[in-house]
Amino acid sequence: MRERDAKQRAKSFDEVNLGYSDEEAHAEAMRCLQCANPTCIEGCPVNIDIKSFIAGIIEGDAKRGVEVLKARNALPSACGRVCPQEEQCEAACVLARKGDPVAIGRLERYLGDLDLACDLEHRCRPDIGAPTGRRVAVVGAGPAGLACAGELARLGHAVTVFESLHAAGGVLLYGIPEFRLPKEIVAAEVEMLVEMGVEIVTDVVIGATHTVDELMGEQGFHAVFVGSGAGLPLFLGIPGENLNGVYSANEFLTRVNLMKAYDFPRHDTPVWRGRKVAVVGGGNVAMDAARTALRLGADEVFLVYRRTEEEMPARKEEVHHAREEGVEFKMLCSPVEIVGRDGWVTGMVATRMELGEPDASGRRAPVCVLDSDFVIECDTVIIALGTRANPLLTNAAPDVELNSRGYIVAGPDGETSKPGVFAGGDIVTGSATVILAMGAGKKAARAIDEWLAGSA
Amino acid sequence: MFPIIATRQLSESVFETTVSAPAIAAKVRAGQFLILRVDEAGERIPLTFSDWSSDEGWVRFIFMRVGKTTHKLSHLAAGDALLDVVGPLGKPTHVGGLGRVAVVGGGVGAAVAYPVARAMAAAGDEVTVILGARNRELLILEDEFRALPLKELVVCTDDGSAGRKDLVTAPLKELCEAGAIDHAMAIGPAIMMKFCAATTRDFAVPTTVSLNPIMVDGTGMCGACRVSVGAKTLFGCVDGPDFDGHLVDFEELMSRQRVYADVEREAAADFESECACRIK
Repeated sequence: MRERDAKQRAKSFDEVNLGYSDEEAHAEAMRCLQCANPTCIEGCPVNIDIKSFIAGIIEGDAKRGVEVLKARNALPSACGRVCPQEEQCEAACVLARKGDPVAIGRLERYLGDLDLACDLEHRCRPDIGAPTGRRVAVVGAGPAGLACAGELARLGHAVTVFESLHAAGGVLLYGIPEFRLPKEIVAAEVEMLVEMGVEIVTDVVIGATHTVDELMGEQGFHAVFVGSGAGLPLFLGIPGENLNGVYSANEFLTRVNLMKAYDFPRHDTPVWRGRKVAVVGGGNVAMDAARTALRLGADEVFLVYRRTEEEMPARKEEVHHAREEGVEFKMLCSPVEIVGRDGWVTGMVATRMELGEPDASGRRAPVCVLDSDFVIECDTVIIALGTRANPLLTNAAPDVELNSRGYIVAGPDGETSKPGVFAGGDIVTGSATVILAMGAGKKAARAIDEWLAGSA
Repeated sequence: MFPIIATRQLSESVFETTVSAPAIAAKVRAGQFLILRVDEAGERIPLTFSDWSSDEGWVRFIFMRVGKTTHKLSHLAAGDALLDVVGPLGKPTHVGGLGRVAVVGGGVGAAVAYPVARAMAAAGDEVTVILGARNRELLILEDEFRALPLKELVVCTDDGSAGRKDLVTAPLKELCEAGAIDHAMAIGPAIMMKFCAATTRDFAVPTTVSLNPIMVDGTGMCGACRVSVGAKTLFGCVDGPDFDGHLVDFEELMSRQRVYADVEREAAADFESECACRIK
């Protein structure tokens, strides 16, 4: 796929990947073997009929491709951009054995974008079932909630989504940067849900403005789906973490993405623009933070990770893009202290690591090298280590069972300990991916549908 | 949109805004806060409720004009609207069963002390309020406090232009020395809360402070509002805003509150000069 030049794009928030032209998409689709037993579909958390949507492109019938795609995935333009395809559908592609699977994610994006390029009235619109007269409240307008809402609307239920922030999209909006997922795409995908009859109410915190009990009581909802997402960021627990210039990736990215701090002072939210930035972590969020720091004008951005590039959980493409744009990888380094002067960060003390025996995750565990501390000079530190559970909703819903870490205990279809209340996404699994959250939201929607039928 | 019902200027730089927000008004308890955004380009800022009416569906807050957002807010009037208001957020202040309490409200902190003192009195606590300001002009809500069933209202100003010429810590110390209070609650600038906590520490009087760290989402997501309390890092938006004043690291809090001070001063100045141009 065509990309913007690394040097030029590292200073701009414009999207990096430019997408396929019709010819490129067709050529890529032609590589698909159209297997009799397509394994790629099993690799997809929402079981998109990949073979058929690719067949649509091969046969020049993009409209059918879009229909097939949207039958399973309400947010294809977003997923085509942010799914870890290399671990999912593309890993399961027969051609992956030869090291070059069909670029399923890029084809998904191609079809999703074709659809979004149409006027709203000409866009592919899933069939909506006859109204059931049942009302479902969805908590959180992120990937899990939006996927659940879309599926429930198709099944004919009246859906209201409650969002605590001022706009719908969740992590697609506040977390993933513009250069990877343009916000107008998120807005357009949400627009289609509204067109399908989904009501979205912003500025409402379930657990504060209303409780789950009130939704199911006086507000008259017959079921509730909780997709409230990630909570407070994890920190390292080392000295100096509360110095000025130390951000959680959540805060840094929210300031820049949701609040548009890159456009300060035209937008009112400021962000500290460091010249030398150290980002701690190896996931997609760490890559997003590092690349965002470059775009805010940093001279140097270091990625500090305690294992090696091999073990990084980030998408390969993000790692590749980060490196291309000039992020310097400091592998096998673990921060031990953040040092500062007059309350501001001046550097990070890190210790060298080496890889030992495999740990519980199957990855080789990093082990400290004795007396190997060294200093990384920097004026900004961004911590991207994942998140904890958000306590707001669950504190106000004592009959929804939580596990020891504060996440909601949910069955395979999202059912919780409270009848009629289902949950999915990061509030159940902890930090995971957009597509896993969407998969959980869809599954729960079908379970809610069954539950509503049973409780009629 | 959240329509503004009324506004009032309490001093040269202190303003009060009353907003229609029925769902929020139905839930507010003393000590909680809201997050607001004035307009599409606006930032999200936390402000603690100074009053509300669940029957009439409004909430009220008081702010000092310092940054661009508070400048914008100060220009709004009844009939205008705020784009976003979210709440009620944070844990309510613990009231009832405290016994004899001194509630200290310094500067704009008086706005938060007012519903707190009211709730404590209603819950059966014996409440003495110490109201402090730099001078008479900056003293707010004195009449409102006088209407509450308090044991006593002590007014202090730095220059003696109203009440005692003292810092709030002086009457607080006297109450401690007399063994007249079982609990203290301090709400105001961080430096004032720090000295209130230092005053009560010597007498082992448990002291709650209501902190105002910088926030972004305000709902337990971003981690901007972290404060060191004892050996722990806690979060103002979900663990607070009330914390044990004897354990809070005030130096760190004050340093963190100043992160954007320079850029915000510039933005506010630019905004004011822009406004001035438009008026011409």
